[in-house]
Amino acid sequence: MNEAAPQGGEPAAPRRTGARDPQLSSWFESTARQRLAGLLDGGSFSEILGPEQRELSPHLRQFGLPPAFDDGMIVGRGRLAGRTVLVAAQEGRFLGGAVGEVHGAKLVGLLRAVRSMAADARALLILFDTGGVRLQEANAGEVAIAEIMHAMLQARAAGATILGLIGGRAGCFGGGGLIAACCSGLIVSEQGRIGVTGPEVIESNQGVEEFDAADRALVWRTVGGKHRRLIGGADAFAEDHAESFRSAAIALLERPCRFDLEVTVAEHARLRERLARLGDADDAWAIWARLGVADPTRVPDMPAPEFLELVARLQDERRDAR
Amino acid sequence: MTPAEILDSLFGRSHRVESGAGGLLHGEGLLAHAAGPATRVSLIGLTQGAALGVDGALALAQRVLSVVQAGERNPILVLIDSGSQRMSRRDELLGLNEYLGHLAKTLMLAEQLGHPTIGLLYGGSAAGAFIATALATRVLVALPEARPAVMDLPSMSRITKLSLELLRDMASSTPVFAPGLANMELMGAVTERWDPGRPLDAQLRRLLDRFAERSQERRDQRAAARGGRLKAAAIAERVEREALRDG
Repeated sequence: MNEAAPQGGEPAAPRRTGARDPQLSSWFESTARQRLAGLLDGGSFSEILGPEQRELSPHLRQFGLPPAFDDGMIVGRGRLAGRTVLVAAQEGRFLGGAVGEVHGAKLVGLLRAVRSMAADARALLILFDTGGVRLQEANAGEVAIAEIMHAMLQARAAGATILGLIGGRAGCFGGGGLIAACCSGLIVSEQGRIGVTGPEVIESNQGVEEFDAADRALVWRTVGGKHRRLIGGADAFAEDHAESFRSAAIALLERPCRFDLEVTVAEHARLRERLARLGDADDAWAIWARLGVADPTRVPDMPAPEFLELVARLQDERRDAR
Repeated sequence: MTPAEILDSLFGRSHRVESGAGGLLHGEGLLAHAAGPATRVSLIGLTQGAALGVDGALALAQRVLSVVQAGERNPILVLIDSGSQRMSRRDELLGLNEYLGHLAKTLMLAEQLGHPTIGLLYGGSAAGAFIATALATRVLVALPEARPAVMDLPSMSRITKLSLELLRDMASSTPVFAPGLANMELMGAVTERWDPGRPLDAQLRRLLDRFAERSQERRDQRAAARGGRLKAAAIAERVEREALRDG
């Protein structure tokens, strides 16, 4: 028995990076640029305002932190199965992918562009990997998140499809979770975590009785990808490599979801029903049982194909309104 | 000012408001004009410093949707004196990000369908609750006692491992991270500050008269003009232009 082996309820260890095929190396372990390379058609990515432009954060130096030439946000254009798409990828290895002034503004600009593109090219993919607002420039990051949400919903009202891909090391927390909720479709892997307040922050604010952040199995089943997919917090489930995210994204692009009154009313019904049905459950196991999972304790260890079958059996299309 | 004082100053006796659990409030007021019919203003609120969880966000979203479905395209005023998002395991388990996002979306939908949406920040507000309410409106106004924040300095000190003393020092020279109304004004988040010494109804009428013009302003352009975010607007413009160049 290996002491470092994952305990029950924790996702399988991500595959090691360095595999020669970028489509098959672990999404969780990859850098933002590796993810883009594996996701898009080979060699099709072209970056906008790349690191050579040296648009650094103007704020980090006063905190004694080294800035990054891309500020942890890579934006550009590429092709996905031949179709032109805009892409934005957060680099979770740089300050936890946190949103600062420049980082946020790059995504705002891209979202404003997608709104006025030709109808057949109105698609944007966001590869999330973020803990939320960057505290060293908290006010700028907070307002940037609001600007991103406004720009997303204007673009979606104009017919753009915006997909979120979540499976990175930093997960998708804080304002990142709210941005994700504004996407027209979300793809999550088992390793992907989605939330607002991270477990560590809940524990430090409310005590270990409220949330034991050291209990990894509890963390994964509360905010992890399988739970999010089961309750309808994500529309598709991917395995931990680019090829799987890629095929899920190609499929979801075929299902446009315009932002309007009808879809907002449908989302409201979906969220109200979730609260009525699951609002008094005290653990993900209880929630999964109510959703009809025969043996909830098996879900964390369930291989992807079996999990996908389970999801298909339990869910109806209405859950997807967002 | 208290919510009651604010409502009296805005609408005189012509308002009715119900308060619910968790600091929630909803109702409507009639804004009088010198000539012509009064403007019906729909009200929602998150008050008493309450934290915003899944239940509160859904209830407020329901109110906004009802106003939108009534089809009057009248102004929606959001009164805010809140805490942050509710920090609990239950809220996260149920998908708090979707509930907060949904509330923000109902306000943005209302705006897209022609409702002037106005936030009135008269107390605190922080983090996810601030984004889902105040920052989800088109125009945010504030009273001088407003206390917007992302995070308080002691918590920030814990997380950034910088001493509280150093953070206080830095806070006096840069608006970019420290809590406070003046800093959020510089960021472009707050459009204008209202004067509690003068009747609020006149200030609201003036805002509504110029609403079309006010709502054209982008937050990042305002921030550039005020000197709070010097790079954001220019970066966004460059990315937008280059993305459209050969796309």
